[in-house]
Amino acid sequence: MEVIKVDNVSFGYFSQNYIIKDINMSVNEGDFLCIIGENGSGKSTLIKCILKLNKIYKGNIKVSNRIGYLPQMTEIQNNFPATIEEIILSGTIPNNIRKIWYTKADKQKAKEIMEQLELYSIRKKCFNELSGGQKQRVLIARALCSTEKIILLDEPVNGLDPKIATQIYEILYKLNKEKGLTIVMVSHDIDRALNYSSRVIELENGKIIKDVIASEYKAGGAK
Amino acid sequence: MIDIIQEMLSFSFINRAMIVGTLVSLCAALLGVSLVLKRYANIGDGLSHVGFGITTVAAAFGLTPLPIALPGVVIVAIILLKIGNNRKIKSDSAIALISSTALAIGVAVTSVTTGLNTDVCNFMFGSILAMSISDVVLSIIMSIIVLTLFIIYYRKLFVVTFDEDFSKAIGLNVKRYTNLIAILTAVVIVVGMRMMGTLLISSIIIFPALTAMRICKSFKSVVLCSGIISIVSFLVGLFLSYVYNISTGATIVIVNLILFIIFLILEKIIKE
Repeated sequence: MEVIKVDNVSFGYFSQNYIIKDINMSVNEGDFLCIIGENGSGKSTLIKCILKLNKIYKGNIKVSNRIGYLPQMTEIQNNFPATIEEIILSGTIPNNIRKIWYTKADKQKAKEIMEQLELYSIRKKCFNELSGGQKQRVLIARALCSTEKIILLDEPVNGLDPKIATQIYEILYKLNKEKGLTIVMVSHDIDRALNYSSRVIELENGKIIKDVIASEYKAGGAK
Repeated sequence: MIDIIQEMLSFSFINRAMIVGTLVSLCAALLGVSLVLKRYANIGDGLSHVGFGITTVAAAFGLTPLPIALPGVVIVAIILLKIGNNRKIKSDSAIALISSTALAIGVAVTSVTTGLNTDVCNFMFGSILAMSISDVVLSIIMSIIVLTLFIIYYRKLFVVTFDEDFSKAIGLNVKRYTNLIAILTAVVIVVGMRMMGTLLISSIIIFPALTAMRICKSFKSVVLCSGIISIVSFLVGLFLSYVYNISTGATIVIVNLILFIIFLILEKIIKE
């Protein structure tokens, strides 16, 4: 079943100057899709369009479920005084957007996800005291609080050392296999990402040049 | 000391200042947390200068300043945020431009009309004598509105402050909440300006949040702690300014500074 359908989408800040052009792609339920490409190829732009953070210039995007999002970390977050628990709980806001405070069900859900990602015992720790890998785990947990179906990750292992990056991939792989979570991930780290993903889309200059299953991509040889 | 406090409380102008000051300090500190974390700390300074400009112009025409300054500063606050989203002019330079222009207009108008008299001095450095009954009523109403909105939107202000992109992705209207912060800040500045003075009001927005962040680990504790720090600084400052006959606004800022230094040292000790 298609959960995301991108139909002939173009986007640019100025007309005639497209960052992505005529993109057609779809994501199926249970996919672990990795979007790769060089800097400036339009990867982040594409996922921002899917999330409706960018207003698309042309075309149509259909999304069947709410998407959990893991953005690239900003400098503000690195020094932010907030506990793991506060951040993860904030992921449940869309479930009860009109409420003033979190419901019992929200707190229960956050607790389960924290336990699953081994964050519960350190939930009172401050975000800025965590290691890079722990921070990413917190942001994955927050994304999971806002959805059960699809998460979209923008460079989740950027700046992490290889061992920690592997851990993050393994967490995602497990969520994909065991919970049937659909994952769309933008990555630079092609070689390792390919070991875990099921499908690969490669972008170049704002266009899709490859859309294949991961094993085929490997057989074709990464460039 | 109790004698002095009793003596202070026997003056109605001090009672008025205490009510308004406590409420304004609390509101300023709560908003300050978001402003400092979002790197909008300068906005407070800019808006207070705009407040000064509008107030002096209003006073020159013999109008009551507060009801005119309130909408004026709110509008400028929204404009400043709009510019902040624009890539061509960076928001810090925009704030510097607008604030010095407003100050210049204010000074120019006063030199043509009344000259730099005590009234103008009071606008700049604040005066607890300046609070009239109607000012007090307006201040209380405004403070209650600010506090209520802050509590209602606390969760959303947190997530918008922490992560704008995530907030947009989960369907929150980020612009609405940043505008809300700017508008509430404008209200607090106008209300607090009479007492603290144009040149000092922004410090009560920034100091408590920065002080609380030295030792607090969670967002909630930073918010609560900065509220308490702000109220304590205000009350201690008011007391000292009465006893030693120093300008109230300036004393409050100095107490804030001392607390900041104490917390800075505490942070160092905790880390070791």
